[in-house]
Amino acid sequence: MHTEAAERLVPTPYVVRDAWQETHNVVSLELAPEGDGVLEPCAPGQFNMLWAFGAGEAPISASSVGASGSAVLHTIRQAGNVTRALCAAAPGDVIGLRGPFGRGWPLERARGRDVIVMAGGIGLAPLRPVLEHLETFRDDFGRVTLLYGTRSPEDILFRGELENWRGRFDFDVQVTVDTAVRGWASNVGAVTELLPRAVFEPERSMALLCGPEIMMRFCIQALRGRGVPPEWIHLSMERNMKCAVGLCGHCQWGADFVCKDGPVFPLDRIEGRLSVRER
Amino acid sequence: MGTQKSGTPGRGDGRRVDPPDVPGGAPASLLEPAAVGDLLRILREQGYRTIGPTLQDEAIVYDEIEGLGDLPAGLTDRQQPGEYRIEERSDDALFGYNLGPRSWKQYFFPPSLRLFAARRAGRGFEIEPPDADPPALALIGIRPCEIAGLDVQARVFTGGGHVDPWFAAARERAFLVAVQCAQAAATCFCGSMSTGPRAERGFDLALTELLDEGEHRFLVEPGSARGREVLAVLHPTPAGPAERARAEAATRRAESQLSRSVDGEGLPELLEAALEHPRWAEVAERCLSCANCTMVCPTCFCHTVEEVNDLSGERTERWRRWDSCFSGEHAYIHGGDLRPSTRGRYRQWLTHKFGTWHAQFGSSGCVGCGRCIAWCPVGIDVTEELAALRVGSDRAETAETEEAT
Ligand SMILES: Cc1cc2nc3c(=O)[nH]c(=O)nc-3n(C[C@H](O)[C@H](O)[C@H](O)COP(=O)(O)OP(=O)(O)OC[C@H]3O[C@@H](n4cnc5c(N)ncnc54)[C@H](O)[C@@H]3O)c2cc1C
Ligand code: SF4
Ligand code: SF4
Ligand code: FES
Repeated sequence: MHTEAAERLVPTPYVVRDAWQETHNVVSLELAPEGDGVLEPCAPGQFNMLWAFGAGEAPISASSVGASGSAVLHTIRQAGNVTRALCAAAPGDVIGLRGPFGRGWPLERARGRDVIVMAGGIGLAPLRPVLEHLETFRDDFGRVTLLYGTRSPEDILFRGELENWRGRFDFDVQVTVDTAVRGWASNVGAVTELLPRAVFEPERSMALLCGPEIMMRFCIQALRGRGVPPEWIHLSMERNMKCAVGLCGHCQWGADFVCKDGPVFPLDRIEGRLSVRER
Repeated sequence: MGTQKSGTPGRGDGRRVDPPDVPGGAPASLLEPAAVGDLLRILREQGYRTIGPTLQDEAIVYDEIEGLGDLPAGLTDRQQPGEYRIEERSDDALFGYNLGPRSWKQYFFPPSLRLFAARRAGRGFEIEPPDADPPALALIGIRPCEIAGLDVQARVFTGGGHVDPWFAAARERAFLVAVQCAQAAATCFCGSMSTGPRAERGFDLALTELLDEGEHRFLVEPGSARGREVLAVLHPTPAGPAERARAEAATRRAESQLSRSVDGEGLPELLEAALEHPRWAEVAERCLSCANCTMVCPTCFCHTVEEVNDLSGERTERWRRWDSCFSGEHAYIHGGDLRPSTRGRYRQWLTHKFGTWHAQFGSSGCVGCGRCIAWCPVGIDVTEELAALRVGSDRAETAETEEAT
């Protein structure tokens, strides 16, 4: 019974080509299919189920979708057993991968519009492919704003990339932290506090959000306050996931299965249930 | 496939799609009770495992049966909210009960199933392919609402993007011997869900047990070509209008005994609008969050996966196991449970089953079997909860209209 359908549930071996520490508890893994396997391309916002032998599986978004074309990048925060085992992988190790799954960021629809990217903590990882896309196809978009918040300066991801984007004259990059430490001379406070200074035309903007749900709710308020219509605000949602193919029922949220109908949703589709507790 | 011994031309791949029978137009025939034993023998000879009702631990459950003697002759079940009891009948009916706690879903969606095994190989791993084919089963005594339940799960497991290979193979192989209901339990509400008490299609053979006036015979309707083939071997006698009328009367009797119902009109919208209804908190005071309802429900499909490692750490297996939206890990993500309260969990169960299921799979998730009512330890009744939510919502609507005027 070795069908294609069964294979969607069975991991494929991927070699860790490179691995590096992003912060004290976040690791990036560059993964390529073992042997002559073929990489299934991941769209920005899609995710893979990564498997550490003997530990288990976790849904992890692509944090870069193949500048090289032969590898996919994943950026993983140590949260529990599985992510701890994944973060311990070293170059040359082999891990399991199923995917890609889900619907990603609607970058085609964003063409010609101002783009506002709002990320919190590890939430910058699923949005990094968006920023790379905006870099590559810069002329297709209006103003580009990245507003990024973390708990403290030591949690800031992708420092090199942030420097590059900030260095471009056509990206507005703002970083803020909840708690400053000595030597931090930049913004302190919630990521929403950066919004008033951002320059964009609300009616013809696209906002892309990823981070803790509470943070996204505040971002939505602020964006709606500026007049961005709900169908132009998109969020990446997190739910417990076991199968990633719409079968195990764990990721249900209202009528949607976050694994296949999301994880990226337009706000107009989900606004009603976003405020319902325990939905 | 179990049916390939038959020499009918055109068969052999086991995949032929039967032309649909005209409802009511299928030639019905009659069998003596002993012929049910012959039917079991023939199906077993054809390679089917015969699964049917049998008495175990004071409940009628589906399990492997070999002959007539395994059937719960002369027994019936009496059901009420939170109550299930076996009682003796005054006759020798073979199928004189309604439904026990185990639905057929265990055979199509097994309580635990190995998805694959893997062995360490160098720095990586090698996969051992998923488990072998499901057996060909003959389901003896599947009820109309249970055929509907199987259809609902077929839409979940094989109707959407992902096709579950086990479910698909098990379903294609299964031979369904339905039994039309001649009585209804107090917990049944198939009538209002349009799933019973009579099945018009979806079976290979359908039996109606005729028990009046001292007679004990079965009216048999074939529902497929392979059903007709098997029936032919049993040499049935043709049924006349009198027997047909008696079968219809049996259906009417069951219909007239249905005492519960669900008003399905606009239910998904109503539930969506009732998410903050006070009734959820009230039912949560009684609900034990025990998950019994989701386990006995023939359509609930939630499952989790578990990694099972051997002691050496060289080999691991991934198992799929039944789970429930009432379990503590169902909605857990790092940082906490997204649905920690019983109120939230009960609301998920009811709004999924009767509401969002429509958007996901094009029908209600409930077929009206009443199992969740009988097997709830505190007797919570979904029909009553839905009615209460409706009344409250109607009131809310009326209040709004009154305010507006
Ligand atoms: C679509 C999607 C994309 C994600 N992308 C990333 C990413 O790019 N980088 C990253 O670091 N993390 C990401 N996460 C979160 C990551 O999947 C969890 O941190 C991880 O599952 C935790 O597993 P654990 O066993 O290490 O932790 P534990 O807390 O020990 O997990 C226990 C159980 O809870 C479940 N669980 C725990 N946390 C989460 C969670 N946040 N989301 C879903 N299920 C959870 C696990 O499946 C497991 O069954 C993503 C989650 C989703 C749903
Ligand atoms: S919800 Fe209750 S009555 Fe409906 S199918 Fe499930 S167990 Fe049967
Ligand atoms: S979410 Fe609950 S009600 Fe829905 S299928 Fe899963 S266990 Fe059943
Ligand atoms: S993760 Fe299993 S249904 Fe979405």
